[in-house]
Amino acid sequence: MKFSESWLRTFVDPKLSGAELSHLLTMAGLEVEEEETVAPAFNDVIVAQVLEVVKHPDADRLNVCQVDIGSGTPQQIVCGAPNVAAGLKVPCAQPGARLPGDFTIKIAKVRGIESSGMLCSAKELGIAEDASGLLVLPADAPVGKSIRDYLDLDDRLLTLKLTPNRADCLSLTGIAREVSALTGTPAKYIDVPAVPVSIDAQRAIALDAPAACPLYCGRVVSGVNAKAPTPEWMKRRIERSGIRAISALVDITNYVMLELGQPLHAFDNARLAGTVHARMAKPGEKLLLLNAQTIPVDADVLMIADGEKPLAMAGIMGGEESGITLDTTELFLESAYFAPTAIAGRARRYGFGSDASHRFERGVDFGGTRQAIERATQLIIEICGGQAGPLVEAKAELPARKPVRLRVARVAKVLGVPFAAEAIADLFSRLGLPFAREGEDFIVTPPSYRFDIEIEEDLIEEIVRLHGYDNIPAPAPQGSLAMLPQTESARTLSRIRQILADGGYQEVVNFAFVEEAWEADFSGNTNPIRLANPIASQMCVMRSTLFGGLVANLATNLKRKQNRVRVFETGRCFLRDAGGVPVAGFRQPWRLSGLAYGGALPEQWGASTRNVDFYDVKGDLETLLAPFVARFEKVAHPALHPGRAAQVLLDGKAIGVIGELHPQWVQKYDLPLAPVVFELDLEALKHAELPKYAEVSRYPAVIRDLAIVVDHGLELQALLDGLSTRRPALVQDIELFDVYTGKGVGQGKKSLAFRIVMQDTQRTLQDAEVDAAVQHLVAYLQDAFKAQLRV
Amino acid sequence: MQNLDAIINEACGAFAATNDPDALEQVKARYLGKAGQITELLKGLGKLPPEEKKTAGAAINRAKEAVEAALNARREAIKLAALEARLAEEALDVTLPGRGEARGGLHPVTRTLERIEGLFRSIGFEVADGPEIETDFHNFTALNTPDDHPARSMHDTFYLQGDDGKPAEGILLRTHTSPIQVRYMQQHVAKYKHLETMPEIRVIAPGRVYRVDSDATHSPMFHQVEGLWIGENVSFADLKGVVADFLRRFFESDDLQVRFRPSFFPFTEPSAEIDVAFMSGSLKGRWLEIAGCGMVHPNVLRHVGIDPEKYIGFAFGMGPDRLTMLRYGVNDLRLFFDGDLRFLRQFV
Repeated sequence: MKFSESWLRTFVDPKLSGAELSHLLTMAGLEVEEEETVAPAFNDVIVAQVLEVVKHPDADRLNVCQVDIGSGTPQQIVCGAPNVAAGLKVPCAQPGARLPGDFTIKIAKVRGIESSGMLCSAKELGIAEDASGLLVLPADAPVGKSIRDYLDLDDRLLTLKLTPNRADCLSLTGIAREVSALTGTPAKYIDVPAVPVSIDAQRAIALDAPAACPLYCGRVVSGVNAKAPTPEWMKRRIERSGIRAISALVDITNYVMLELGQPLHAFDNARLAGTVHARMAKPGEKLLLLNAQTIPVDADVLMIADGEKPLAMAGIMGGEESGITLDTTELFLESAYFAPTAIAGRARRYGFGSDASHRFERGVDFGGTRQAIERATQLIIEICGGQAGPLVEAKAELPARKPVRLRVARVAKVLGVPFAAEAIADLFSRLGLPFAREGEDFIVTPPSYRFDIEIEEDLIEEIVRLHGYDNIPAPAPQGSLAMLPQTESARTLSRIRQILADGGYQEVVNFAFVEEAWEADFSGNTNPIRLANPIASQMCVMRSTLFGGLVANLATNLKRKQNRVRVFETGRCFLRDAGGVPVAGFRQPWRLSGLAYGGALPEQWGASTRNVDFYDVKGDLETLLAPFVARFEKVAHPALHPGRAAQVLLDGKAIGVIGELHPQWVQKYDLPLAPVVFELDLEALKHAELPKYAEVSRYPAVIRDLAIVVDHGLELQALLDGLSTRRPALVQDIELFDVYTGKGVGQGKKSLAFRIVMQDTQRTLQDAEVDAAVQHLVAYLQDAFKAQLRV
Repeated sequence: MQNLDAIINEACGAFAATNDPDALEQVKARYLGKAGQITELLKGLGKLPPEEKKTAGAAINRAKEAVEAALNARREAIKLAALEARLAEEALDVTLPGRGEARGGLHPVTRTLERIEGLFRSIGFEVADGPEIETDFHNFTALNTPDDHPARSMHDTFYLQGDDGKPAEGILLRTHTSPIQVRYMQQHVAKYKHLETMPEIRVIAPGRVYRVDSDATHSPMFHQVEGLWIGENVSFADLKGVVADFLRRFFESDDLQVRFRPSFFPFTEPSAEIDVAFMSGSLKGRWLEIAGCGMVHPNVLRHVGIDPEKYIGFAFGMGPDRLTMLRYGVNDLRLFFDGDLRFLRQFV
């Protein structure tokens, strides 16, 4: 809601500066979002009248003017404006005047002729862009008067960011009411007597949807001159409220809306036939609107229609065909109350809103419907002439204003500080909230303009709002001192992130909506969860993997010459799942995903340069999972290189994948090298266990190394699994410490070297039993895997 | 006996002239070896008359001791010199950089979220989480925002597409973290329904939220933290106390100005907007909108089965992205979601 401060001050004029007024409104919940001045600072510019215009003897484009500035002595001023003419009233900057842009006016000779002042354009005064000629003032402008006073240029424009509950402040009257309550300054409100009725013309009104439109006032005004000019003062006020002046009739309806908060509509009465109906839209009904759109109207839209056709979307926008034009001579004026529920959401659905729908969907004062139509009629007759027909009012059941009970003790409970009953009574009186007392309680009946007072808490908010939120103390909080649980058998998300960060990964946050191609490429998902209203096509589906974002992060950073990238993200992924909880149809697991690219180590002087590979990242995962040991099994995954991808299993349960990005995507996403990526279920990572003590042996361990040659394709895991089931009890640990292929082991073979640790907690081991144990393992390996002992 | 002094002098001179341990042992042989001068003199003692033997023997032994002492001193000196030489040779350029992996880091907003969680934990707030694809019911209806409520236009909501290509009925991306409030209260009520008086609810709920909005100050995905305290006696004054205390602790600024002004949220009444103003720095003296809050609306409590006559409390919601920007002086929200390592590494 934008308005002019000086207009507001015609209703209520507290002894506050502009800045104080803004602060007062903001702290009362009517946030002043923007403050503008109408004109920049300048001085000594007055209304002047050009008396005589003579061509400058030495300059084609200049004129020498005699100008009346109200001093009795005409001044000589040289002027270059093309529209200068004798008789015009224009702004005149006097010698000594300082204009916007730090431009000072002096008595000077212009091409040899003395000029004492300057006649000004609107642009020179900084009040409009028009620099084409002098700003021509109305003929009745008083000569000698300060232009700032005459055009009210010291006015300020305030824009309120009103919350949706404060529809009552969508008018100057409403804001004045608020300022009066806050300051105690009495306000003067518009109070128009009924306009004398001088013709019989009228139109019957039928409320066919009384719940949606319980009150409709209509009146015929005939003999109007729609071409009459809008008075300057009115034009100025509506333009300063951010509404374009169009024509007198339209301007008047807008003016009354701003003044009283009641949106009005004027129909061309000649284009109406029969009774005016307020009814719901009929099936298949269409309407050509004032904005030149033809809209097929849904059944839940309230329409204004006559006996033959729809005329307007009630409270939202008028129809083109029934609207007034400059040729209209007879109009049908509408002032109605449309229920918020009948208007809300409709304008948004069709993608347009209007000042009217904005007000109706929040609630318009149904106690002011008649007043508004009388006020509009009065202004129309004043400005456009004409005769008023009788006011026809159709009325059904208006919204009830249920009395609300306020308990004094509840005020203290909610606010945390006591309020005396007398103080509450005083605040209610200032707010104009009628109340009765019932013992300690107040029974408040909200006025028709307040749509936000339904329960006790609403009244408490009014009390504290007027009292001032700042005047409520802010004590240190008090509460019971129960300790929060701290579960040792669970790791926090914070801990998990910290392990990765300490391991060299940088956390990123990516959007949860991604390109559709990412879902297909990185997840093989051809039926992604789509947004109905995406902000852009590259953000149109919900991600089911975090890979896409990380690959994009890599590409972004490579472009910025960051050649070693390690990033991770934790976030939800989104999958279709009929059994999903808590929102049916969707599973929304938290995942942790990472990507490593470039050098295995940051480039440095003491380490050879090598690119990160599968095993580097696998090591990072093993560190992350420790003390648990995961199994890694070959897996086919759409994002990953088929020979370099594994799924990660913990306790037999798949918790994620790791692998090199598939060469196809490396090429498609224009990456010089293949990154290694992983994605894990975060829930699985949160699991932890209490450490369990096991006895440490006091007897020496015996260590034997064993090298064998096996087929190159044999997976180590198979071998380790076999060994772990066959190993004699004294074998504590079998560790792989070398893998070798190449010279000496033969084509298609590899050499594996193990360190075998043997120990007993009760005694020192004998050589013979150690040898037997190793022999047992060797025999098993030879038998089960055709291993050859390497010597 | 002058002879002996000469030998001692000569030996000491010879030792001092030697720098190598092997050479020193050879020099030693010249005096103390099998055919060394001192050894020869000792051997010669036998030929002396008995009366001279004793004094001569004592003198030779003193000379031998003196030579041995000189030899040992020289041995030590040579060893020390060798050690010093080795140490000098082994010296490193300690200014060369250390080796290994560089540390990564947390996202700046994560830093903020963890600080927020830590501060609220310190006064007994738990941390809760909730789904990001939400039901219309939890995001709006249960929060006293029925269909077509004008407050819904305050949130430009992302809807999911149904199988028919139209927006799916009742499903959306949450526009705020407030639905977590609803879910948490429902669970709390169910958990303690056997008790006459349920324990207090003190919880914060951080998370990502979504709105159809994108420019330098708005991102279609951003973060929020929701806070909720419900008990038998939790007032608006307590709300002011907790939030003001939090903001001063968060910004580590005791003189931070905090103001509350009336606002509107369908799920709180009375409602407030919270502004802060710093007393120093580039933003000094400017009021900055930082959070919304209010006393939980009785309808919200009723929706989850809590009697608003018995229990009362407050909720607040704030933007960790904005808090992070103010805290670290970041001037563009979009940097948080861009993945630029040059930016992110500043928060390691």
